[in-house]
Amino acid sequence: MKTICKKEIRSYLTSMTGYVFIAFVLLLAGIYFTVYHMLQGYPIFGVTLDSMSFVFLIITPILTMRALAEEQRAKTDQLLFTSPLSVKDIVMGKYLGMISIFGITVLILCLFPLIMLAYGEVSLPMAYTALLGFFLLGCASISVGLFVSSITESPVIAAVITFGVLFVSYLIDGINSMLGQTAATSTLIFAILILGVAVIVYSVLKNSLLAILIGVLGEAVLMVIYFVNSSLLEGAIQNFLDIFNLTSHFTDFTNGILSLSHIVYYMTVIGVCLFLTVQSIQKRRWS
Amino acid sequence: MIEVKHLTKKYGNHIAVNDLSFQVEEGQIYGFLGPNGAGKSTTMNIITGYIASTEGTVVINGHDILEEPEEAKRSIGYLPEQPPLYMDMTVHEYLKLAAELKKVAKEKRETMIEDIMNMVQITPMKDRLIKNLSKGYKQRVGLAQALMGYPEVIILDEPTVGLDPKQIIEIRDLIKSLSKKHTVILSSHILSEVSAVCDYIMIISHGKLVASDTPENLEKLMRGENTLEITLKGTEGQARKILSEIEAEDQQIKADKAEGTVELSLKIPGGTDPREEIFYACVKENCPILKMETKHVSLEDIFLELTSQDASAVVSQKGKKEPEEEKEPEGAVESIEEAAEASGMFATSEETVTEEEQDHEDNL
Repeated sequence: MKTICKKEIRSYLTSMTGYVFIAFVLLLAGIYFTVYHMLQGYPIFGVTLDSMSFVFLIITPILTMRALAEEQRAKTDQLLFTSPLSVKDIVMGKYLGMISIFGITVLILCLFPLIMLAYGEVSLPMAYTALLGFFLLGCASISVGLFVSSITESPVIAAVITFGVLFVSYLIDGINSMLGQTAATSTLIFAILILGVAVIVYSVLKNSLLAILIGVLGEAVLMVIYFVNSSLLEGAIQNFLDIFNLTSHFTDFTNGILSLSHIVYYMTVIGVCLFLTVQSIQKRRWS
Repeated sequence: MIEVKHLTKKYGNHIAVNDLSFQVEEGQIYGFLGPNGAGKSTTMNIITGYIASTEGTVVINGHDILEEPEEAKRSIGYLPEQPPLYMDMTVHEYLKLAAELKKVAKEKRETMIEDIMNMVQITPMKDRLIKNLSKGYKQRVGLAQALMGYPEVIILDEPTVGLDPKQIIEIRDLIKSLSKKHTVILSSHILSEVSAVCDYIMIISHGKLVASDTPENLEKLMRGENTLEITLKGTEGQARKILSEIEAEDQQIKADKAEGTVELSLKIPGGTDPREEIFYACVKENCPILKMETKHVSLEDIFLELTSQDASAVVSQKGKKEPEEEKEPEGAVESIEEAAEASGMFATSEETVTEEEQDHEDNL
């Protein structure tokens, strides 16, 4: 794990990728920092981070697109997967390598509140809580990118899909406000989602019985809930979609609120994505 | 050391490896021989744990590659068809990474890297970026990677492809010297290469093992299979008289009464040359010789015949016997002969096949 991690860090820092990544984040942070805190003298550092949370849409693909896709394309994964390391170690090593590069960026960002301190009163605990949130949001985005990189051989496709996934996640707030709060809306969307799951199950597993079972049972359960206790479904689709909304869990951090539930949420996202990455590699090799 | 049992790999409907079984013993060089697409690389990828088999097991030093992958992979060094090189590393950096991946102890790493670089002669290149190296040097860096940690088994997939003749000879010598301490499995579609380097040859075709034996035995077989074809002017009776004076097996006589000629075909045992005797015998009978020709069955012919489509279908049943046959080389010889016979190579007619079989059994 340490070997892979070291190798990743070195490869990011011997090629352009690592520097482009760090420079882009710092550039954006610099612009917002100058506008909010230098020119307007606003004392809460979280605002800068909140404004630039969209940065992950762009930088995550830069960092993660090559992670596993490139290894597959260049066949260098043969070296890794025939060496006496477990797939888990390899994935963890890759992930920690990318986190380290992101960590360097966040460490540099940690200096910004100190600069503000020179010009007036700043709540450092609030600023660093926001930075912790920023770091966790980044780690979660990177884990999503790593997973996407494991399912394709082409770095470009990996980058596009990663961007798409993160973009949809970023838009969920907007989608939620667009959708109505009524039980009927939720039921309709859930019904469509269940059909979608059934279709995916069929196309992946080629098991029509299982797909039909999922489809029919899912719709039946949904209908029963709708007719027996429709109040359960009011706003349910919003709650459901919020699970995939990475940035909404970041807002509390920017306001200086350190909430365990948000930390647990990000940890869960990271855990699930890393698990899926390991599984997707195992599946490719043990099919 | 390595035990492969009933290995099958399917890609959708295509069967890349079909019920392959063999054993590999310590300290020898094994050669996988087969045309392109025969399933050599797939088999090697399965043995090294890079891809999984659809069915069948691979056990390395008592460790199943699926159940205890880490333990099993520890004793294997693998050079895939395309060397897995990180192009933006220097040779030294790359080998250091390989040493770390193979879990070589920290204090031994540097000396091991030095030794291996000397062995494959890449020391002068050690600070060059891999992407700037020539194909031959890249191949050597890949080989160095496979040697890292001195694993007990070294698996090389077409190690000499794309090298110039001098490099090919160097790599072959290197492989030979490796067999003193390691077991080596290499693959190739070039027969001369395998027969020059390997102690044991396994011929694979369409994912099946069609023959496996030492090159000596294959050669013995080759020498034993020389046939002599003669056309005489005379009668069948005269021909029989001539043949009765010659030591030869499997005599066939075909008379052509219209032209007054007789065609003889005989199998001559290895190391003998009865042509002079035949000449004098013909002189005695007063039969002019119109044509006399020896036909060699080369290793190349056996290979081509065995790996052609029809042959593989005929020999399909024989693959299943392979593990027992490897313990007794004689058995394997028989399998090759049978395979060759079945493919109609040495026999011109149906009846002679049975005769030949009996003859061979006598020989063995």
